[in-house]
Amino acid sequence: MKLSGAQILMKTLREEGVDTIFGYPGGAVIDIYDELVKTDIRHVLVRHEQGAVHAADGYARAAGKVGVCLVTSGPGATNTVTGIASAYMDSIPLVVITGQVPRGLIGNDAFQEVDIVGITRPCTKHNYLVESTDSLARVIKEAFYIARSGRPGPVLIDIPKDVANTTVDYKEPGDVKMRSYNPTINPNKRQLQKVVKLVEKARRPVIFAGGGIILSKSSEELTRFARQAQIPVTTSLMGLGAFPGSDPFWLGMIGMHGTYRANMCTSECDLLIAIGVRFDDRVTGKTDAFAAQAEIVHIDIDPTSIRKNIPVTVPVVGDCHAALTTLNGMLDEADLTDIAGKREQWFARIGEWKNLSRLAYVQGETIKPQYVVEKLYELTGGDAIITTEVGQNQMWAAQFYHFNRPNHFITSGGLGVMGFGLPAAIGAQIAQPDRLVVDIAGDGSIQMNIQEMATAVQCRLPVKVVILNNGYLGMVRQWQELFYDKRYACTCMDHAPDFVKLAEAFGAVGLRATTVDEVETVLKKGLSNYKDRPVIMDFVVDKEESVYPMVPAGAPITEMLLV
Amino acid sequence: MAEEKHVLSILVDNKPGVLSRIAGLFSGRGYNIDSLCVAETMEEGVSRITLVTQANLPLVEQIKKQLNKLINVIKVFDMTETEYVQRELAMIKVTAKPENRAEILRIVDIFRCKVVDVGAEHYTIEVTGDEGKLAAIRSLLRPMGIKEIARTGMIALFRDVK
Ligand SMILES: Cc1ncc(C[n+]2csc(CCOP(=O)(O)OP(=O)(O)O)c2C)c(N)n1
Ligand SMILES: [Mg+2]
Repeated sequence: MKLSGAQILMKTLREEGVDTIFGYPGGAVIDIYDELVKTDIRHVLVRHEQGAVHAADGYARAAGKVGVCLVTSGPGATNTVTGIASAYMDSIPLVVITGQVPRGLIGNDAFQEVDIVGITRPCTKHNYLVESTDSLARVIKEAFYIARSGRPGPVLIDIPKDVANTTVDYKEPGDVKMRSYNPTINPNKRQLQKVVKLVEKARRPVIFAGGGIILSKSSEELTRFARQAQIPVTTSLMGLGAFPGSDPFWLGMIGMHGTYRANMCTSECDLLIAIGVRFDDRVTGKTDAFAAQAEIVHIDIDPTSIRKNIPVTVPVVGDCHAALTTLNGMLDEADLTDIAGKREQWFARIGEWKNLSRLAYVQGETIKPQYVVEKLYELTGGDAIITTEVGQNQMWAAQFYHFNRPNHFITSGGLGVMGFGLPAAIGAQIAQPDRLVVDIAGDGSIQMNIQEMATAVQCRLPVKVVILNNGYLGMVRQWQELFYDKRYACTCMDHAPDFVKLAEAFGAVGLRATTVDEVETVLKKGLSNYKDRPVIMDFVVDKEESVYPMVPAGAPITEMLLV
Repeated sequence: MAEEKHVLSILVDNKPGVLSRIAGLFSGRGYNIDSLCVAETMEEGVSRITLVTQANLPLVEQIKKQLNKLINVIKVFDMTETEYVQRELAMIKVTAKPENRAEILRIVDIFRCKVVDVGAEHYTIEVTGDEGKLAAIRSLLRPMGIKEIARTGMIALFRDVK
């Protein structure tokens, strides 16, 4: 069978189950686009390539599939870098296809040539420059396999224009076999038996779960494990939704803006079971003081995550799902008599911490941003898929919207990309057309990828954008307030557009609330109407509200500044 | 914790860009490279990179794991963990004044090296050995005036067949 590179690409993408591509055309990918429109694959035309990658990221998380992007060479490719780096930090499976100048021109500083494989080497799980049309199908299959297996991540494929438009005799590439890539899935049983022994013995255990639970679809196994072993649970930002936010064992999020009790528990526990986490500095604070009294178990599929930042008593390399399933089986046989009795004091202590300091705010004359998020939670019954921008808005979303299920909180956790939320919401909405998708945004961040409103309008997506408009780059202002004597260097954004008019200019709906009374009205109106277009809801909130608790960077996580 | 020298022998797919993946990993994460050697192995499509680094124990563990995480890395051996033989080749261009020539040739003889080039003012000496031998000959030749040195970097193999 004679096929061109572009045709082989389409055929292989279909075989990999791709039904949606986020992209933006250009000279180096015209041949590919020419074939793409002949298939039944849906192409979402974004307005900036960064938007394509974040949208694919949101899509991947909401759909539980690999997200796919297609962009042109040079500037198209460089525009994807932030999105790729974010997906890499958050372990999101993506395949990013970039066009490249024809092979004969590579290295000649050709028009729109850039060494995107070189540029993205440190922020992709792997990347390829396709050397021949014959190898194209195999490369694509490998890329998908690498992106979704092991610790997932983005893979980039750079396809020279002449590889795409050359016709060859197509041969089936067969199954992917890679001698140099074999992630460990099944954990060592003996290590897990050690974990069970520690669980039996522990008086003050805590589970610290992360994004690995969500990626490996192990929320149910985690919940069962926690209940069976009678262990309270905290999660990282990336782990929100991995454990039900309404469960009595739930401690809230850990870390810099974690709850008082989650941070206290971690510091005073005698056993910390870390699952699917990588001990980010925003979680640990000062590492020497982190869980200093505890034996630490660390279960993760990526061996480099283990003992990178924190010393560990029992390392377990493997898939979280496999580990938890085995652990649950072992617990069925274990000696858990009077386990509840053993933990009684510990849970009493946690209750005291909870009463001592809860997440709170005082609603006065001006709208408090936390109030908006809390109302949003109430009105949506906690059922919406929430994406966020970055800054205070992100932290208030994490603290005041409670997540009971996985894949409902989509945020740029590791890289912290302002401008992530709107395109991610677009991707999530495309993956879940019947669900309510809300981007909780800041006035600064939303301007970073606001052009994607046009994409949402064109695709008739009912994405809701809730702007917590404080007129500041609020999170940076908060640091300046606390640690730089209130010198607000360049964080006041007093020249923002009128977001209502801006929404309307895009063909979307714009609503605004300036008083406390209006919050509920605007939310109700915005959430329950407009099924065929996006809505921006602009909430003019208290300008100088801060996120608490807060652990200053590098301090032990027990040193929390409270409200 | 004390830093130690580790000789890592890394089998990799012989694909374009592999070396820059490894070099990039080291520079991006702030690990150091004392020396690095690359060449093909007996097996087609597989190359061996011998890399010498200084690191304390937890760090060298992390380095090995990070190397293994690279898709094109097949296997990483830490030679320092067991018995191994190491060799490096150096070419040393040393000033050879008439009054020093005999002394230089004596050193060459004792160290079992070779003079591979002779000029009006210099000898170029080829020496193969482990680090200690190379350091020793350098220090003996230094008083005569070393003009240039080119070194291959270390290569190593386990003593036992692995
Ligand atoms: C692309 C990018 N640039 C800069 C930053 C640094 N930064 C972190 S939070 C923040 C302020 C965000 O302001 P806004 O979106 O208004 O959110 P707020 O904190 O006010 O809720 C900035 C500038 C970032 N995270 N991402
Ligand atoms: Mg703001």
